[in-house]
Amino acid sequence: MDETVTYSHEAHGSGDEAAPCISLRGVSKSFSGVSVLRDIDIDFKAGEIHGLIGENGAGKSTVGKIVGGYYTRSGGALTVFGETVGHWDPPQALARGVAMMHQELQLVPDLTVAQNVFLGIETSRAGFLAGNEAARLAEIAAFAGFDLDPSARAGTLSIADQQKVEIMRALAREARVIVMDEPTSSLTHDEAERLHGVMTRLRDRGHTIIYVSHFLDHVLAVCDTVTVMRDGAIIRTGPAKDETKASLITAMIGRSAQDVAYPELPPEPRRSGTPLLSVHGLSTETGVRSADLALYPGEIVGLVGLVGSGRTEIVRAIFGADPALSGTVEIDGEPFDERSPHAAIARGLAMVPEDRRKQGLVLTQPVRANMTLPHLGRFARAGLIGKRDERGAVARLVDYFDVHPNQVDGQVVNYSGGNQQKVVMGKWILGDPQIIILDEPSRGVDIGARRRIHEFIGETARRGAGILLISSEIEEVMGLAHRAYTVSGGRVTGQFVPRETTVDKVIWRLFHEQDQQEAKKSA
Amino acid sequence: MSATNTTPGASAAPLLPVLRFLQTYAVAVMIAALIVLLTILSDSFLTLQNLINILNQNAPLAIMASAMTLVIICGGFDLSVGAIFAVGGVVAAALALQVHPVAGLIAAPLVGMALGFVNGLTITALKIHSFLATLATGLVYRGIAILITGGTLIPVRLDAFTWLGRERIGPVYVAVLVLIAFAVILTVVLTRTTLGRKMFAVGGNEEASILSGIRTRRIKIIAFSINGFAAGLAAAIAVSRISLGQATAGTGMELEAIAAVIIGGTSIYGGQGAVWRSVAGVFMLALVNNGFNILNADPFYKDLTTGLIIVAAVAISASGRRN
Repeated sequence: MDETVTYSHEAHGSGDEAAPCISLRGVSKSFSGVSVLRDIDIDFKAGEIHGLIGENGAGKSTVGKIVGGYYTRSGGALTVFGETVGHWDPPQALARGVAMMHQELQLVPDLTVAQNVFLGIETSRAGFLAGNEAARLAEIAAFAGFDLDPSARAGTLSIADQQKVEIMRALAREARVIVMDEPTSSLTHDEAERLHGVMTRLRDRGHTIIYVSHFLDHVLAVCDTVTVMRDGAIIRTGPAKDETKASLITAMIGRSAQDVAYPELPPEPRRSGTPLLSVHGLSTETGVRSADLALYPGEIVGLVGLVGSGRTEIVRAIFGADPALSGTVEIDGEPFDERSPHAAIARGLAMVPEDRRKQGLVLTQPVRANMTLPHLGRFARAGLIGKRDERGAVARLVDYFDVHPNQVDGQVVNYSGGNQQKVVMGKWILGDPQIIILDEPSRGVDIGARRRIHEFIGETARRGAGILLISSEIEEVMGLAHRAYTVSGGRVTGQFVPRETTVDKVIWRLFHEQDQQEAKKSA
Repeated sequence: MSATNTTPGASAAPLLPVLRFLQTYAVAVMIAALIVLLTILSDSFLTLQNLINILNQNAPLAIMASAMTLVIICGGFDLSVGAIFAVGGVVAAALALQVHPVAGLIAAPLVGMALGFVNGLTITALKIHSFLATLATGLVYRGIAILITGGTLIPVRLDAFTWLGRERIGPVYVAVLVLIAFAVILTVVLTRTTLGRKMFAVGGNEEASILSGIRTRRIKIIAFSINGFAAGLAAAIAVSRISLGQATAGTGMELEAIAAVIIGGTSIYGGQGAVWRSVAGVFMLALVNNGFNILNADPFYKDLTTGLIIVAAVAISASGRRN
């Protein structure tokens, strides 16, 4: 491999500038029966920065990962540089000049910048490393306009510099298309601007960049073309110069089919007297900063915020899953200081975690063992589990939640996402909890299960329990909650009454708060 | 086992139940096949006396494999049981001479349990993987055994000491009765108690278990304590049988116990398994051994055969996990 690497890029094929280098036709994707991309068509042209935006779960990252070869499409055709490809995985994508930069960077922290850039494509003579990486690296760095110490260990670099290493890695493989998934989410304002400079430079030299982001200002600042997605479909693609932040937000929100039928809101709770749950000044190592909130009996309270805002971290700290640095939690006016999941359950808390397969279920165990796991003591005498009592209780829950298949000893690992979620719900309702934390209860579940979960939330509030509801779908919080808090940068930044506002206003507010956080970071 | 890949082109659907049956009962099928094979090849194999002898000889290992099942179901490993076996044996022998033979036999499992408890504490308090932690504590325990004996053998020729390993009640050896009782108790613990349920949960998904309010550290400490107890109990039987306490006893037994658990079909990844499987795994290994002896086969092939059987067992178990 001693051919000289050049970084000039003539337009592919004939001289037609507008020819797409990557086309998706009728592409769909579903995960265990839940459809996340529906029959989409999209073209990425050579030499453009193409932004993909949408709410959480709209499918923008999924498109990026299909192009990068990280997800296998469930249907449809993918054309790369004029050639329709069949099976498509990351090595093949790289071989055809398509590289992907993940949100979580994938560098080897103990290797140097140079070693990371050339990982897997080291030049060698008779199996020995040739050691001429420095010269090749200098060439690439000059092309991209980077100034990094080639012998620095990747793990010691800032996130922004690590991204530069990732970009050089793509360039070293002669990538002409680079997919960037939320590259600015951990960058300061200035760093993001510098990254945009690099992206523009690469574009000017003929590279194509697919830019997945939920930072609308960033997308508007740097993109040539923007595609708005919603619910796994493409709403529109057009020149970025024709869009404004307002027009993008309107397109992103739209009217989704899912926000129509929510069950009737339970009666308004009385907010006088002692709250069921009150939290003051809660801070954690996981990024929660002095959070305050309260929850009253019979109340459904939403926590809304963008991804990474700290919603999940707040409820994990309340439940005792993560240790707190400071702050107090009170249940029924009594302090709850020695927090652990074990103690929380004893005090009447329940938490349905956001990732049901990793955090909610023991997939090697059947439905019965999963549902009774937090409450085994109820069915046991001297440590021996009373099988008849246990089976009876589980059978009632399977009926109550309409779990399919309706078997007490069904293998939950084979269940659909919606039915797995019903099992997790059943597991917690069995303990008759007074405070129920629901973290993304309807993520990735089918319509039927979603409706059942919504009904359950109402029923539980009616019998006097308090519910803290986290959802990335703001519509869901708007449809189900009496009251909601906004969360941004690990803080509870305010509260509102869903019935007195609109989804659009809430989203405006969240983006506005995000801007303020950004401004603080760069200050 | 060749039945699984005879018709590669045919539709896999009718073969699926067969494969599933093999995954579930592979060890039982293999034992049955070996018994048939050895019965055909040798007249002296299928006698009650031979089968009872096999069981009796392997009672200590089977006791250790039974308890190792619990540790592996919890998602752990214990490489120190061979050394705990040595400590238990030399303590039993030393106390038998200095205090009372029965005191020695009772002390061995208790000392084993204490060392197992230390394993559990080391793993949970220092948050080290059990593989590494017990590799280290195993060396420490072996060192303790050597210090107790001062490098010499401790012979114990007392009838009150040797009954546990040598006597029978009616036709059955005491050691076999102890094994059966121990395996039944552990089976009840695993399948009928809250403790057993929690062990399966901790090994199946530790994070989900913690979020379900299970104090997972406590569960692991209990599993390792039971495992230490079993190694001490096995040591009491073995040292009583040979009337000799020695610091080098039990070398390699930890690996035999783990191999038996895996041959039985307990998942090496935790969360799935059963005690009877491990006892069957020990019996399976013993049959191979016994077969080589009674057939006068070249013993050079024994390790090779055993190794191949372990590979086959793990392959079957892994294919089940992929499904």
